[in-house]
Amino acid sequence: MNAIGWPNFKSLNQEGIVFAIAVVLFAAASVGLPGFFTADNLVAIVRSVSVLGILALGMAVVIIGRGIDLSAVAIMAMSVAWYLQLLNIGTPDGLAFLYVLAGVLAIGLLNGFLVAYADVPAIFVTLATGSFVFGYVRSQLITQDAVPVPQDHWVERLGGLRFLDIPIEVFVFAALAFLVFLFLRYTKWGRYIYFAGDNPVAARNIGIPVRPMLVLRYVLSAVVAFAAGLLTAASLHSINTRVVNSTLLYDIVLVAVIGGIGLSGGRGGVRNVLVGAALIGILLNAMTIIDIPLLYQNLIKAAILLGAIIVDGIINPRDEQTAQQGDI
Amino acid sequence: MTFRERLQSWRYNFVPDHLVGEILTKRWTDNAIPFLALVATLATFGSIIPGFFKLSSLQDSTRQLGEFSMVVTGMTVVMLGGGIDLSVGSIFALSCFSAVYVFFILEQSIWLALAAALCAGLVFGAVNGYLIGYLRLRAFLTTLVTFIFGRALFDILVTTYAADVQLSNASSNVLDFIGDGTFWGLSVSVWAAIILAVVTHVALTRSRPGWHVLAVGGSRRSAHNAGIRVRRTVFMTYVFSGFCASIGGFLIACRLSGAGPGTGLNLEIMALTAAVVGGVSLGGGRGSVVKGLMGAIIVLTMTNGLIRLGYGTGTNQMVLGIMLAVAVTIDIRWLKNRHKVLNEVYVAPVYLKMGETQSAVPGSGTPYALDNRLSAADHIGLGELEGPEDVILDRDDHLYCGTRHGEIVRFLAPDYKRSEVFAHIGGFPLGLAFDRDGNLISCVGAMGLYSVSPQREVKRLSAETARSWTSIVDDARLRDPNDCDIAPDGRIYFTDSTKRYDAHDWALDSIENRATGRLLVYDPKDGSTKTLLDGYRYTNGVCMAHDGKSLFFAESWACRVHRYWLEGPKAGTAECVIRDMPGYPDNINRASDGNYWMAWLGMRTPSFDLSLRHPDMRKRMTRRLPQDDWLFPNINTGGVVKFNEKGGIVETLGDLTGTAHPMVTSMREHKGYLFVGGILNNRIGRYKISGADPNWTSPDSYWGGKR
Repeated sequence: MNAIGWPNFKSLNQEGIVFAIAVVLFAAASVGLPGFFTADNLVAIVRSVSVLGILALGMAVVIIGRGIDLSAVAIMAMSVAWYLQLLNIGTPDGLAFLYVLAGVLAIGLLNGFLVAYADVPAIFVTLATGSFVFGYVRSQLITQDAVPVPQDHWVERLGGLRFLDIPIEVFVFAALAFLVFLFLRYTKWGRYIYFAGDNPVAARNIGIPVRPMLVLRYVLSAVVAFAAGLLTAASLHSINTRVVNSTLLYDIVLVAVIGGIGLSGGRGGVRNVLVGAALIGILLNAMTIIDIPLLYQNLIKAAILLGAIIVDGIINPRDEQTAQQGDI
Repeated sequence: MTFRERLQSWRYNFVPDHLVGEILTKRWTDNAIPFLALVATLATFGSIIPGFFKLSSLQDSTRQLGEFSMVVTGMTVVMLGGGIDLSVGSIFALSCFSAVYVFFILEQSIWLALAAALCAGLVFGAVNGYLIGYLRLRAFLTTLVTFIFGRALFDILVTTYAADVQLSNASSNVLDFIGDGTFWGLSVSVWAAIILAVVTHVALTRSRPGWHVLAVGGSRRSAHNAGIRVRRTVFMTYVFSGFCASIGGFLIACRLSGAGPGTGLNLEIMALTAAVVGGVSLGGGRGSVVKGLMGAIIVLTMTNGLIRLGYGTGTNQMVLGIMLAVAVTIDIRWLKNRHKVLNEVYVAPVYLKMGETQSAVPGSGTPYALDNRLSAADHIGLGELEGPEDVILDRDDHLYCGTRHGEIVRFLAPDYKRSEVFAHIGGFPLGLAFDRDGNLISCVGAMGLYSVSPQREVKRLSAETARSWTSIVDDARLRDPNDCDIAPDGRIYFTDSTKRYDAHDWALDSIENRATGRLLVYDPKDGSTKTLLDGYRYTNGVCMAHDGKSLFFAESWACRVHRYWLEGPKAGTAECVIRDMPGYPDNINRASDGNYWMAWLGMRTPSFDLSLRHPDMRKRMTRRLPQDDWLFPNINTGGVVKFNEKGGIVETLGDLTGTAHPMVTSMREHKGYLFVGGILNNRIGRYKISGADPNWTSPDSYWGGKR
């Protein structure tokens, strides 16, 4: 912005572009689509992106540190499915919660350990653990695809909570976003994530505990996924494990990448997640109002994600000199 | 010998520790783990599941295997080129649908259906290739997105046209044959997979495009610098992967006569797991089609076996996840630590008790007693030279020597002030000799036996000998050709000091002290090279006896000189003529008085001799200490020894100041002077020999007077 207040087009970055597109889309939808610009629908938009946004927050922290977590959706769905299954077969609530939390932490630790200490690319580690988590929980711990929330359980009551007619998950999303913002911006370890993502070797050389922090990020991402899963179960009164095989995972990456968090790490923040979530939320809502079938929505989302990755590749070109062999 | 030493000698001389390191240097050890996994998988499931190996059950699973292994072959090629293709499942499904659509709905011929399937696969692959190869996007995410895109497209198409396909009456004998028939007992899909695998294997290992793929995968930047079109190569790998997946898709379309929502589901993670489990490296450059196929069999056996054992939904994903994580981790750790493990275990010292020796202390009165005569030598090329291992003079009195920079330098007579590069060879020229026609023959470290004509044409004479059957390390290659000499009939006798180390690692060979040195002969008449003797501790200098009927050669780490008979009753055998010297012998050359000059590259020390009796200590030393702290043979002191035909020591020359010629690797007598070289020295010395024949030259001695 210059002195008069006009946007400086020369310094437009991806975040700015996406924000502008979101605003234009919002305006167009408000004018063109009946029933878009209503209080109910706006709340619905925010609500629909809040779980996505929460997952994207966890993903953002991992991506900024030059990683990626493809197991997030599997952890989200399967941890909650196991939790509800334990409750349904009569395990005491506290104990069940402890079991599941321990499982979630264990998977996060495993991800982090393999990435940080075994030097395995994050993409493969999390792809493998995601597949394992889904397969193990689905085949060994639960009996059917969908697990319902038990009657009158706190998860069910959580889903019904409203504040100023706005569902609770919106506030959870807002609070989490604010916390992550504070963490990334004002804490020492938050800043370190940027250093480690920008240049891991240099970060390690100046004495930053790069490896323990890597583990921490994957644990964080797993815990965030668990929280998102609880919120999903709260609003739907059950959890459907088929979500693991849906495109939700790619929506999360989409939100992060399209908001302008470079996949090569070290760039972006909570604001980018919010901008990305806004665009995706508006888009999905508009497509639903226009009544585009879900399959076509997937096609459109994939096309947008492809475009986002191409733009990301052009804006943040990979440096052949510092790129590691096998960095795929 | 004490009991402890006897145990040590048994332990270290009879247990072949060195084989572990030699096996680890082999590329085929990479295949061992996946192969064992394959055998274990087949054995486990074969024994658990009744009728697993029955023909009917095999027939069905091999059909599936044929389709799957084709996809894996495509994935393998992409991974060898340094990428990854997660969209194979979508390509597979879309190709399957294309074939089904053309055949059942448009009711065209089966060949047109095949063309449609291939077309779909190639176009999809080209899009991937363009995005990743030319736009240089990240392979993993890009193909992940094109995978979702393709899957969404496929789901839309399948739900739209499923009913039409069901109602279609189209049928074809060809389709039924491809789907159900067998040819020589194998189904069409297996034949197709075999042909594809063979062609791909040959292309990868024996054609230029295949080598380009491996080069790009091995090191993208180097491939670019070498002039390979990296982007086009990457592009082609994805097109090829699309091609492979589309044939697989066509085959499944024939087999199932339709396409359903399950077609190609989870195929990408299965193919990826198969490739990685088989041992195709992430990041490219390492792997093969065969490895991919092994992985394909393992993965398919596991997943099918688990289904047949009745495990429920999700088991496949669980097992795939575990296999992928374990295989990737092993792959990364193995690649990263292989050379470390190799360094750890390669040096395998043996026990040796060196014999008592006479003293070389100045004034000790023994024939070996060193003096200070060499310190008086004039210097030639001081500061210009690096590493004149051997020196030689021609009939015109010009002086030649090899240097560390891979050159043979000539110093011009009479004052040897001016020098020129006579020839550039490339390796480290060590031993030198002139043949009858004035060609300069040189043993070049790590390269072989070379000849340089007077017109400076460099020619390789020999770089290999016959491979011995029992050796694991490739002993056909000459690793450390060290010195040579020429018999009157023109045959060149030369030494190859060690089979286990390259020339610059001679110090490791001295610490290991394993007897792997050889004496070889090169016959210029037919260009053949033969191994004459094997099993010496670092064979070094070679010198033809004055009568040309035998030769002397030095065995450095054992401090011995042997005589090898070319003619006479002892022809073909060697006998030790000097043993237990106080110094490590190097080159040997003729002297004018009918005796022989021998260089000492270093002197024995009590400490190193003691360490030779403690192989366990030397093993620990090489594993735990930095190289600077290792105990080496002392090469800071050397000398020149003259011995006679019988092996008796005549005199010993040394440089006690340690400045001019601390270590000597070669000396050559010429017209009353001794020219002295050292592999770590920065000069050639010229020492006036009192009482020597002022007209004697080595070429005359070998080949008669001037022509």
